[in-house]
Amino acid sequence: MTTIGLSAADIAAGVSGGAFSAEDVAREHLARIKEKDAGIRAFVTVLEEQALAQARAVDAKKKRGEKLGALCGVPVAVKDNILIEGVETTCSSKILKGYVAPYDADVIARLRKADAVFIGKTNLDEFAMGSSTENSAFFKTANPWNKDCVPGGSSGGSAAAVAAGFAPLALGSDTGGSIRQPAALCGAVGLKPTYGAVSRRGLIAFASSLDQIGPITRTAADAALALSVIGGHDPLDSTSSPEFDAGKALEPAPKSFVGLRVGIPKEYFIKGIDPEVEKAVREAIAVFEKLGAKTSEVSLPHSQYAISTYYLIAPSEASSNLARFDGIRYGRRAAEAATLEEVYERSRGEGFGPEVKRRIMLGTYALSSGYYDAYYAKAQRVRTLIKQDFEKAFASVDLLLTPTAPSPAFKFGEKTKDPLSMYLSDVFTIPSNLAGNASISVPCGLTRSGLPIGLQIIADQFQDGRLLAAAAAFERERPFPRLS
Amino acid sequence: MSLGLEDVRKIAKLARLRLSADEEALYREQMGKILDSVAELSRLDTADVQPTASVSGAASAWREDRAIAFPGAEKILSLAPEREGPYFKVKKVIEG
Repeated sequence: MTTIGLSAADIAAGVSGGAFSAEDVAREHLARIKEKDAGIRAFVTVLEEQALAQARAVDAKKKRGEKLGALCGVPVAVKDNILIEGVETTCSSKILKGYVAPYDADVIARLRKADAVFIGKTNLDEFAMGSSTENSAFFKTANPWNKDCVPGGSSGGSAAAVAAGFAPLALGSDTGGSIRQPAALCGAVGLKPTYGAVSRRGLIAFASSLDQIGPITRTAADAALALSVIGGHDPLDSTSSPEFDAGKALEPAPKSFVGLRVGIPKEYFIKGIDPEVEKAVREAIAVFEKLGAKTSEVSLPHSQYAISTYYLIAPSEASSNLARFDGIRYGRRAAEAATLEEVYERSRGEGFGPEVKRRIMLGTYALSSGYYDAYYAKAQRVRTLIKQDFEKAFASVDLLLTPTAPSPAFKFGEKTKDPLSMYLSDVFTIPSNLAGNASISVPCGLTRSGLPIGLQIIADQFQDGRLLAAAAAFERERPFPRLS
Repeated sequence: MSLGLEDVRKIAKLARLRLSADEEALYREQMGKILDSVAELSRLDTADVQPTASVSGAASAWREDRAIAFPGAEKILSLAPEREGPYFKVKKVIEG
């Protein structure tokens, strides 16, 4: 038998029960990568030697009769903006080429303790800025469902790796939809946990008031299992919540939705949404109703301002966070610089790609003297209104159902000329980052041309357990086809 | 809204980015369009709205200020493009 295509939970059970070894699992997944990744290019780095060594250590642990962790022997693909000690971490940027992480991110340390196996680092839009992974400074990643199409982004490599069967579990980061949107476009499950549920220590920061690490998987149960491992308080991330109990993520999927109140935000079914996406999402809503959920229309009136709000706040925070890339302590240093000023300007000018520079410029402008109040402070006020919309909605409903993205996967180059059209890919995912709530994308159908469609389920802050249980119940009712 | 070339150069200077003439022209045009688009926020009256400071409502996280040994200092130093012993090396910043 092959372990390719098994869920993370089934692999962990098989390894701890002795049905197969962790080394077999690693070898099979590495062979699959070797065979198929040339046509997809999900990985920036494949960790062949390290993965086999880690897997053998798990097998040795089992042989010694020690208790194995919850993800024992599970191959995990890691977005290349999350640090694994001793492994190159590039953010798919020229400025970080050759940077070898000096420590493990908190999520990596937790996965290590759970006996997971790191199989590789995945491609992303440079510094996680983008919605198609086309902004990687290295190469483009193809959508495994249709290789002429993008996998979404910015965690496009992670979503493609899961869809292509290279790993049952991948880590991504989500600042405005970067886990959920690529998961939707690749037919995978993508969870953005509540802001503060998962530590960001060791995630290279993009926009700190929005960034959240989360799993991309093939099943909702695996997303819950992953959250139970990576979630929890970290004293070294001052925004991580001391109250969140990651174990609660493991609620069983309910048999029925009787008593569940589901809101359908009318602003999420806008003009311009692809008709096949709308149809699939409406059918998904009917599945919730069939299971007994009571649905009602709700209004999130400030949603229409979310993109503008986001494209002031995120670039502002990015311009500040990315000031650290100065060619002094790490990363690329320009060769011909004569003065310190020139070291900064040339190293950054040569090292950053176009989208990163565009956002640094925009953020610097929004924060600059004379413009701060009109742009950054204004956006933070509108953010409060967006958050209050959700608070009002969650006073009367338990979950919200929306499309994850307005269209299925698009062709390479289709949106690269016009940044604003690319930014619209995240119109339905950005509000959850601004409000800090929990949000997941689950596959809910295919277009006539065979491209996956994602349903987004949103829950209030720290209701990640309820969200995941509902996602698992939906998945049971509407099984989704897999790529072989 | 239209940005002047001088505005773009000033922002690039503040951001410590060396841009080519082509990049200056491109960002001038694209940023103008993006700023036009985000100007929709001015339609909202937010005079009585508090700006979001912490989205989770969490209070500041305090902990005791205790020194903890970090074993990876050499690994961090070895990532520097230029170093001298236990120091990062930079260009001279003070004349004299």
